[in-house]
Parts: sequence; C-alpha cells; structure tokens
Amino acid sequence: MAPVTSPQPAAIENRTMTINMGPQHPSTHGVLRLEVTVDGEVVTKVKPDIGYLHRCFEKYAESLGDYAKVVPYTDRIDYVSALHQEMGYVIAVEKLLELEVPERVEYMRVILAELQRIASHLLGIGTFGLDLGAFTPFLYCFIERENILRILEKVSGARLLYNYLCVGGLMRDIPTDFTSDTWEFVTSFRPKIKELNDLLTTNSIFIDRTANIGVLPAEVALNYSASGPMLRGSGVSWDLRKNDPYSIYDRFEFNVPVGQGEMGTVGDCWDRYIVRVREMEESLKIIEQALDQMPGEGDVKEAVPRRIRSKEGEVYVRTETPRGELGYYIISEKSGPYRIKARTPSFVNLSILPAISKGALVADLVAIVGSIDIVLGGVDR
Amino acid sequence: MVQTLKKSWTTFKTIFTGMGVTMRHLLQPSVTLRYPEERDELPSGARSKLFVHIDDCIGCKLCERACPVNCIAIETVQATKDVDLGKTSTGNPKRFWITTFNIDMSKCMYCDMCVPPCPTECISMVPEYEYSEYDRNNLLFQFSELSADKVTEVKEKAEKEQEEKQRKKKEAARKKKAQKADQTSKAKQKNSEG
Amino acid sequence: MALLIFATLPLLLIVGYALFAIWLERKVSAHIQDRLGPMRVGGWHGWAQTIADMLKLIQKEDIIPTNASRFLFKSAPFVLFAASYAAFSVIPFSSAYIGSSINIGVFYLLAVTSLLTLSVIMGAWASNNKWSLLGGMRTAAQMVSYEVPTIMSVLSVLVVAGSLNLMTISEMQTGNDILGFLPNWLIFQNPFLIVAFIIFFISIVAESHRVPFDLPESESELVAGFQTEYSGMRWGIFMLAEYADMLLLSLLGAVLFFGGWASPFGSYLSGPVWGFIWFMLKGLLFVFVMMWMRWTLPRYRVDQLMEICWTILIPVSFINFVLIALWEMTF
Repeated sequence: MAPVTSPQPAAIENRTMTINMGPQHPSTHGVLRLEVTVDGEVVTKVKPDIGYLHRCFEKYAESLGDYAKVVPYTDRIDYVSALHQEMGYVIAVEKLLELEVPERVEYMRVILAELQRIASHLLGIGTFGLDLGAFTPFLYCFIERENILRILEKVSGARLLYNYLCVGGLMRDIPTDFTSDTWEFVTSFRPKIKELNDLLTTNSIFIDRTANIGVLPAEVALNYSASGPMLRGSGVSWDLRKNDPYSIYDRFEFNVPVGQGEMGTVGDCWDRYIVRVREMEESLKIIEQALDQMPGEGDVKEAVPRRIRSKEGEVYVRTETPRGELGYYIISEKSGPYRIKARTPSFVNLSILPAISKGALVADLVAIVGSIDIVLGGVDR
Repeated sequence: MVQTLKKSWTTFKTIFTGMGVTMRHLLQPSVTLRYPEERDELPSGARSKLFVHIDDCIGCKLCERACPVNCIAIETVQATKDVDLGKTSTGNPKRFWITTFNIDMSKCMYCDMCVPPCPTECISMVPEYEYSEYDRNNLLFQFSELSADKVTEVKEKAEKEQEEKQRKKKEAARKKKAQKADQTSKAKQKNSEG
Repeated sequence: MALLIFATLPLLLIVGYALFAIWLERKVSAHIQDRLGPMRVGGWHGWAQTIADMLKLIQKEDIIPTNASRFLFKSAPFVLFAASYAAFSVIPFSSAYIGSSINIGVFYLLAVTSLLTLSVIMGAWASNNKWSLLGGMRTAAQMVSYEVPTIMSVLSVLVVAGSLNLMTISEMQTGNDILGFLPNWLIFQNPFLIVAFIIFFISIVAESHRVPFDLPESESELVAGFQTEYSGMRWGIFMLAEYADMLLLSLLGAVLFFGGWASPFGSYLSGPVWGFIWFMLKGLLFVFVMMWMRWTLPRYRVDQLMEICWTILIPVSFINFVLIALWEMTF
C-alpha cells in the first residue's frame, strides 16, 4: 500500500470506502455480491449485484414445449424449498388444464409442503445464527432437517430436488410407513424447538444483535411488495394459505404468526426470525391435522394425463412458500407454453435490502441479509 | 443502574441456559456416520443411478423423449423377418435391435422422468451412488450389448430387407399402374369402338 | 547449554499445548455439535490431526499479496508469537520452575501482552485488504479498551496479595486453612475477588478474542479479519500465538485467583511435578470453558462490545476495587 501522505494534517478528510461483500463471502448465502459503501464501519449505501446463478429458467421452460418436463426445473429455482416450487407450478398447470386432483394427493401435497417448510425454515434459522457467530444451533437445525430429508427421500427417492409432484398427481405411490415416520418426526421435533429457543432465541447476545436492527415498517414492506416472513415480521398478517387458500389449506386450523416487536421495534430482524420459529410450530399443527384426515386408500396417479394436451389460455397462481409469495404466470398456446414467468419471493425481498440497511454497521448488514433469508437460486432463477 | 444490573443478570442467565444445552449435547452420543466404514442404507426407491435391463427393452424410445436434458440416446434397427427377438419379461414382443442405448450420467439430473413412461419397466433408478470417475467420458454408460460386427450385420440385413420391401412395393405399384393403364386403354378402345 | 534448554522448555510446552488445544477445540466443538471431529489421523480419535495439519501448513506456498507492505506483513506473526512467548517467562509453572522470578512479574506480563495489539494491527494494515483493515481497527479498539478492566481486576488481586512477583503470589496460596478445609486461594480470601474474577474472565476472553468477543476475526462478517490474507505457516503462527495467548491468560487467572501450582488438597499431592500438573489442569479448565462458550454463543457487535467494557465492566471494577481495599483494611 502506498503511504498516505497528508499535506495538511489540520484538515481531516472524511472519506468513504467501498467494499465488496461477495460473491465469495461466508454470509451472503450463495453467490450474492453486495457493493457496500462504508464510512468507517457504518454502511451508507448497499447495492446488491445479482445474476451469478442465472440459469434461464423461464426461457428454458418455454423452449421445452412440454408442461411435464418443466417440473424438475422448477425444483431448481429455490432449491431449499423445492417442493413448494413444484407445487405452485403443478397447481398452475392443473388450473390451466382444468384437472381435478384426488383427495389423497392433495393431503399428501400439503403434508410434504409443510415438512418442506419446516426444513427450509430450519436452514434459514440456522444460517441466520451462523451469520451472527453462533455455529452450534446451525448444526442442531441440520440434524433435524436431516430427519425431514430422510422422510422425503423415502417418499420421492431424492434428498433435495424431489420432482415428486406431477401434473395431476404424484410421481410415485406413497410408501406404507410414511404416516408412522411423519408422526414420529412430529413428536420428536417439538422439544427441539424448545431447545432451539433456549440456545438461540432467548439468548441475550442474540437479542442484542437482532432487536431494533434492520427495522422494516409495515408500510415500506407493503410498498416493496414483500411477502412471507419478511412481511409478517413487520406485523402484517398476510398468509396466502389463510387469505387466499389454494389446494386444501382452508380445511386446517392454524394461526398466522406476526411480528409484535417483543424485543424491540416491530419489523426488526428478531421479529422476522421469531415468525419463522413460530411458523414451524404452525406447520406441525397442519401436518398433524392432515395426517389424521388423509384418506388411507387411493390411486395417486388417477388424474395424471397420459399426454398433456396444451390448451389456449392464461393463468396466474400464487402459493405461499417458506420465503413468501411464489407466483407462476403461464400463457399457453395450442402448441405448448408461450410464456412461463416465475415471480420468486427471494428476488422481491432482496430488493428491500438497500432500504433497510442504511446506517447499519457492517455486522448488522450481515444480520439483515440473514434475516431476509434469500436463496440465490430463487433470486436469479 | 437497576436496568443495567437486570440486563446483566438476564445476559448471564441466558448464557448459562445456552451452555447447559450445549453441555447436554457434549455428553450425548454423536449422530455422525463414519462414511466408508459405516453406510446409511438408502431407501429402495433412491434415485442415484440409471440402470437399463437391455433384455427387456423394446426400443420404443419413450424414455428418450421424456428426458428433459436429452441424456439418453437410443438408436434402433428393425429386426428382419427371419429372426425372432423373443419377448420381454413383461410379455411385450421385441421388434427392434437396440444398436445404441447410451445414458450420459454426467448430464443426467436424476429427475426420474424416464422411468414411469417405460412400458416394460426396463429402465430404473438404482440406489448405487459410488461411481465417481476422473474422466467424464467414463460416465457415458453404454447398455447395448450388440458388438460392432453384429450391429453392421443387423443394419445391412435390415437395409436389404428394406430395399427388398421397397422394390416389392415399387413392383407392386408398377404392376398396379400397368394394370390400371391396361384397363383404361381397354376402356378407351371400347369407347372409341362404341 | 543448560540455559538454552531451560529457555526452550516453555517453547516446547507452548507448541505441544497448541497442538493439543487445537485438537481439543475441534473435538469439543464436534461433540457439542453431535459430530465426531477428526477421527482418522493417528488412530485414537485422530490425535495426530493437528500434527498433520502443521506439516501441511509448512509445505504450503508463502503467499504475499502484491501491494502488501512486505516487511510488516512478514514480521507480524512473529511479533505476535514473540509477545506471547516472552510473557511466559514470568509464569511460575511449578514451585521449581519459573523463567525469571522478577519482582515486577505482573507488571511485565501486562506490558508485554500489550504488544499483541501492535502485531495484529501490523498484520491488518500490511495486508492491504479492506476486511483486514476493519478487523485491525476493531482489534485496536477492543484490546486497548479491555486492558483497563483486566488491569483493574489484577490490581484488586494485588491489593490482597501484596506482591507483584507471581512466584510469591503462588507460594502464599498453598495450604488449606480457610474455614478449615478450603484451600488458601485468593478467590476464597476475599468475597469481592469473586466479582473481580468474573470481570477478569470476561476481559481475558475479550483480550484473546474468543466468542462472544471475536470481532477482530469474525469469520462471517470480516471473512477472517486480520488473518484474511495470511496463508501457510504464517497463518499457522497466528493460530499458534492465539492459542498460546489463551493459555497465558488462563494461567495468569489460575495464578491470581486459583492458587497457581498449589494443590487443592493442602500438602497432599503437592511437590514440583504435581504442582505443574495442577497448574496446567487449572489453566486447561479455563481454556475448556472458553471453548465451551465459543461453541454456544453468538458474537457481539463492535459498539456493544465497547459499551459493555466502558459502561459496565470498568465502573464495576473500580467500585469493586474500592470495596476490596475496604475489606482488606477492616479485616
């Protein structure tokens, strides 16, 4: 470094410094690059630079020319909650083709989706702790996530990218011990949430690091069209499972946890975090109800069309993924899909980052990025 | 002052609760599997490698068409009339020589889309995951069991038969045409006579 | 020659300890997280893992960033290690071994450990890396601030002990006289010293920058802080010095509060060799607690760290100091 000579020591010059956070940085959750302008350690400007993981999902999905073939690609949009991505797409195509899906399939989809939601939230919570320097809760979360992945692997044959839902039904029959496995998981998981609360949620250092940090007022959240825990953390009770039920979500009783500012201001990082923790409990409730009500018999491939004949039309379907509102907009022609557009929550939620991280410290910036819980596959598609 | 003391107290309390949790885990047995010595049993339907019972393949190419990444390449040659390729284990008659059945596992994305369409259930995912290779070319699995000589022989035969067929067809067509021409000329004659 | 052997003994001890401590840290962290940690190298629970790691680090290429200030960059790790090593010279390892029994031992030790700050800033500045610079600035603020409560709590002990010589302080803590069974350790001699010990412990955690005060090298924010650009054996020496520093401050705590090499059972199991074993056990206990904390807690933010130091620890340590002095005058 060249020696900095200051000709007039009396005049103190205040200069800002631009630092590059990412794409190779431990807490940007993938290949996100942030151009951060700092004044000392205070962040004055943040500019997210995305696109390192762009895989042309939309164009590729259109060029495949077959609705069934797109399903494995939807998995890869947000690889942490692959089943939710599939579910949104499959429901959209079913709506387009006006297909009726058997009861058993619907219940199975809901149970799997909620299991996946827990798995995804566990990852989000764990990595959030990791960003703040708590390594151990991260691995405890992964032990629990592993139990879910085992169930899903037994069902679908894959651990991460399931490709289990197909238009009109499921790819495979439900294994016989699925119900008992899930019950076992549900009962074993409840005490683990308490343990997580002891270790991380109520930890005073954790609260110091997250309360009153990255406050997102409800109005701003709505203006940026935030969704999911990001919006609910700001105190807005908006959950598509409740407010615009898709599939069979209207049959279950569950609460929509919202941020209440228990540890600081409404809409801070802690609120976003606690919404995720409480949502896991709600998901457990849904799973229990669904397991009770699920019909024991039935062909899961009953309604699967042998060949999908495309129809002319337009359809938009939105579903609630662990990260927020996922929308699929499909314009269909006789020959096949003309346009498939995915509105991913990660992308929209990330756009709020510059607005809420002004004036934070570099360490807070890491906490804020962690609390948004983005998946870069979802941001770039 | 009181608030600071209160806060310090909760800080200590929560730190000790957390440390209690980690101490409990320290004394618990670990969950690690020591991989090469201990292995987790994969569930029977695990998707880790594609396998083809080539004896059961009827060469319908449905799997090739279903594959979203085009990692399956199949070439078939129609069997000549003098050979009987037999039947598959599911009872479907085989009508094609499978001269090529290549699966490029380096392209495969393990989506399982090729398995359900197969009418004879000859293509399937097997729970075998230890097949890493240093050379990418080694991941091109060739399932066709025909030797190169056999392939050329079969191809020639098929071509010949095809030619034969073509010729016969042409001949038949010509005959037909000639007959027709004959008839029309006769009819014309009749007309002119009348 | 004898002198040379005499002088290299602590070096061997430090290196041996650091290899052991890194292995221990990995094992403790692994078992806390329900993992196993290193299991293969050397057979029994991977005991030779750190030795293998060290051999690997020695073989690695010595990378110096293009625009780095080469001399400072190269020398920073050695300054750091030299400072910790020099401080060990006044530590009384047992009744028969001390490097130099000078009568300003505590003062010398505190002065020499201040050099640690210097070397960290040297490394951070010389790397010509913005993350390193941020880490270095944090370190400077943190270590300078936390020296105040450390010194205040050490001072409280000195009021009770009445000596600056660590050997003398150790010697006066032998025997079991308090209430008939408690050892004569300083922490039992004055109730306010318990508060002093808590402050001391928090401060040494901060000074050896461990979680929850590991801001200088916080890996998830600053990548690795001042160590970002270091690789190979230079990084290894940083690591070695960090663990040596941890042991040094733990041993200081053992001498000042828990009787140094004095046996907890009076004259039973005492003597130079047992003294050494007791001393190391006490030191390692602190080290273990630091590891245990590290794998439990999240990390403070830099301004919160300063707040704790200046608004809680320093006032409390001052008040405590006065109370200890009053207690000593009355009893």
